[in-house]
Amino acid sequence: MGIDYIYPEFEVIRNESRCVTCQVCQRQCANEVHRYDPDLGRMLSDETKCVGCHRCVSLCPTHALKIVKNDCAFRENANWQTGAIKEIYKQASSGGVLLSSMGSPAPLSVYWDKLLLNASQVTNPSIDPLREPMETRVYLGKKPGLVDRDDKGNLTYALEPQLELSMPVMFSAMSYGSISYNAHKSLAMAAQKLGIFYNTGEGGLHEDFYCYGGNTIVQVASGRFGVYKDYLDAGAAVEIKMGQGAKPGIGGHLPGAKIVGDVSRTRMIPEGSDAISPAPHHDIYSIEDLRQLVYSLKEATEYKKPVIVKVAAVHNIAAIASGVARSGADIIAIDGFRGGTGAAPTRIRDNVGIPIELALAAVDQRLREEGIRSQVSLVVGGSIRSASDVVKAVALGADACYIATGALLALGCHLCRTCHTGRCNWGIATQRPDLVKRLNPEVGCQRLVNLLTAWNHEIKELMGGMGINSIEALRGNRLMLRGVGLTETELRILGVAHAGE
Amino acid sequence: MSKKEGQIRIPSGCAIAAVISREGRRMSGEKIVEAMKPMHARSNGLGGGFAAYGIYPQYRDFYAFHLFFDNRDARKDCERYLKENFEIVQAEVIPTRNLPQITNVPMIWRYFLSPFASVLVRENIREEDLVSRTVMTINEGMDGAYVFSSGKNMGAFKAVGYPEDVGAFYKLEEYQGYSWTAHGRYPTNTPGWWGGAHPFTLLDYSIVHNGEISSYDANRRFLEMFGYRCSLQTDTEVIAYMMDYLLRVQKLSLEDAAAVAAAPFWSTIENNPDPKERQRLTYLRTVFPSLLITGPFSIVLGFNGGLMALNDRLKLRSMVTGEKDDLVFIASEEAAIRVMEPEAENIHAPAGGQAVIVKVKEGAY
Repeated sequence: MGIDYIYPEFEVIRNESRCVTCQVCQRQCANEVHRYDPDLGRMLSDETKCVGCHRCVSLCPTHALKIVKNDCAFRENANWQTGAIKEIYKQASSGGVLLSSMGSPAPLSVYWDKLLLNASQVTNPSIDPLREPMETRVYLGKKPGLVDRDDKGNLTYALEPQLELSMPVMFSAMSYGSISYNAHKSLAMAAQKLGIFYNTGEGGLHEDFYCYGGNTIVQVASGRFGVYKDYLDAGAAVEIKMGQGAKPGIGGHLPGAKIVGDVSRTRMIPEGSDAISPAPHHDIYSIEDLRQLVYSLKEATEYKKPVIVKVAAVHNIAAIASGVARSGADIIAIDGFRGGTGAAPTRIRDNVGIPIELALAAVDQRLREEGIRSQVSLVVGGSIRSASDVVKAVALGADACYIATGALLALGCHLCRTCHTGRCNWGIATQRPDLVKRLNPEVGCQRLVNLLTAWNHEIKELMGGMGINSIEALRGNRLMLRGVGLTETELRILGVAHAGE
Repeated sequence: MSKKEGQIRIPSGCAIAAVISREGRRMSGEKIVEAMKPMHARSNGLGGGFAAYGIYPQYRDFYAFHLFFDNRDARKDCERYLKENFEIVQAEVIPTRNLPQITNVPMIWRYFLSPFASVLVRENIREEDLVSRTVMTINEGMDGAYVFSSGKNMGAFKAVGYPEDVGAFYKLEEYQGYSWTAHGRYPTNTPGWWGGAHPFTLLDYSIVHNGEISSYDANRRFLEMFGYRCSLQTDTEVIAYMMDYLLRVQKLSLEDAAAVAAAPFWSTIENNPDPKERQRLTYLRTVFPSLLITGPFSIVLGFNGGLMALNDRLKLRSMVTGEKDDLVFIASEEAAIRVMEPEAENIHAPAGGQAVIVKVKEGAY
């Protein structure tokens, strides 16, 4: 209290005429905001604990609750805005690094919103996806420079391992530990139903989920948690995580409190020990070291699985991606700076890295200039929010997109950005059994399937409008994009013309 | 000042026609010029052109370059560049006839070229690659010079105008070829530049094309990785380079190239009863996804010794074929075939994505 007191961010508005004191809100709130007072015979609120997750709002049977932004404000100051002042108080009190969850909420440019798509008129017919076939299947992996022929000159049909996706979207890496068993199960089941892939993140693969291996990408990150032969064999592809868009340049930290039971066993570390992933891979200090890890993993999996190298979008990303492409990677995944996270230092999340749109455009162009674009597939993530973002990403040059925040929203996440507390009321970013069970994997799976089925319809509608009936004819097809309100430099980097041109 | 074609992209609709003798019998250009007349309404006078095979038997071992020049300086610069790598066996003005319908005529020259063996050895380059590179360098980099034909024993003839007028302008009745293709253009803009007319050619590959492809930029950006420069931003140019890449560089068969450009739908592939065929089609689609052409097109690909006609996989543009004795006819409309041969038989509209391949008897061309 006193000097460090920060007025609560939210106000809990309870319509007393509607409240029937059923106490659902109290039972549902792991943050302990709501409390029934038997003497007064009504519900009370401790708003200092509210994170704005809307669990109580969503489950209140009489719609008696709403959570609104508090209007108690510091004196207005364009320079010292409320957030900056509050952060000073927090650090002056704690002496610690500020932590945040999920992607940066800072109002930085979202280029997807400044790119517009084309449609056919007169000279070229649009195609109706309800009446004509419309293809969204994608193969990720290395394509040969020259087709392979036998001694007689016939095609051998030899190909490097490919991942077949029914649509150009996959679930991005989220570890078991950072999210719950039921969240993982929902993702795994949905990936299988949809004919796409989900990604284990750096938490190993729970023994119950080996059966979804055909739709699983297993990750190898700097902590190597949970990595062993069976794990590599279980997945359809192996991803080396070099970086993450929300926190480029640093590793991960799952507090010992979350390393319990199955999480501990799956990560293969003792219960209660902090799981700290080093900032770099300590066997990769340069590009030639990466090549060794890529080929070690290929050797371990007998060259049957594509190897993905995931990097954060940073300043020199085009040159980095070019180096990665030449290091044996089959697929490069680039994560933009708006990407989500279970926990990241706030300063890093909000200030390090570059937007995925610019990174993608620069990488695709550089790989083409070097004539090696076909040697790798490009997967991009870091805040893909809708089917139109996917279509724009593909038109800029991506083979496919990674989504994670969008998938969590489908599972019920309300983006309260307090995953790092471990008290997720929606049963997603928590290991508390009473909270985890709130997420029914069957329901979660169905919601994920619904979401991506809807997106796939929308992707087809957008493609049909452009007169394109197969997603591969959209990839890198930047003539289908126009910019609005962008500078010459931004347009040059994106490789698109301004609207009206 | 409005931009010239190549600086902007101009969609167009069109008419195409072709005739070939399977016996390698040579015929004058009169027939194919006549064929374009009933399809007059498919053009708007802003581009017409022809490709002819077998027309330079006396120079059959030399690359026949057809060039437009804006002025004498451009020609001199270009000739100086050509002489660095080629012996100019013959250089001449392409004969034309003055017509009121054809105006703004550039200088139109023809060169028969032989690459210097010393250059091929020094640069460790195959002669087709040297020719291809030369075409790209001139078309992209030399102002006022444009190569519109570069194959052996074949040539393209094109201009701004209606195709029948373009045929008369170039005196095509004086050439004898065993295979002819033709094009009338309906661009949505008035570039008034001759380079934008069809056919587009590289080495002995020529393309006439009716349609507007929606995959253009995906195709272009893929091909530009391999040294091709789409300096005109037209669909047809990109298809010509695609065919060169698939047939000459990747050495695919015509059938395989067609299965890349107009790939069957995945569902069609999966329902194919022949496992070998499924494997072939799946392989080609997986390896060359960026060379799938979407959007409407009907094309005729010309090459030494044959033709291939191909429609987009939805058949969004008309195209019919017919035959009579040793002749095979292809056109946007049956009327054009009837003009060439009133007794034409087996009139047939090939299905979308179904390649029609006609080859001249070995040794007859």
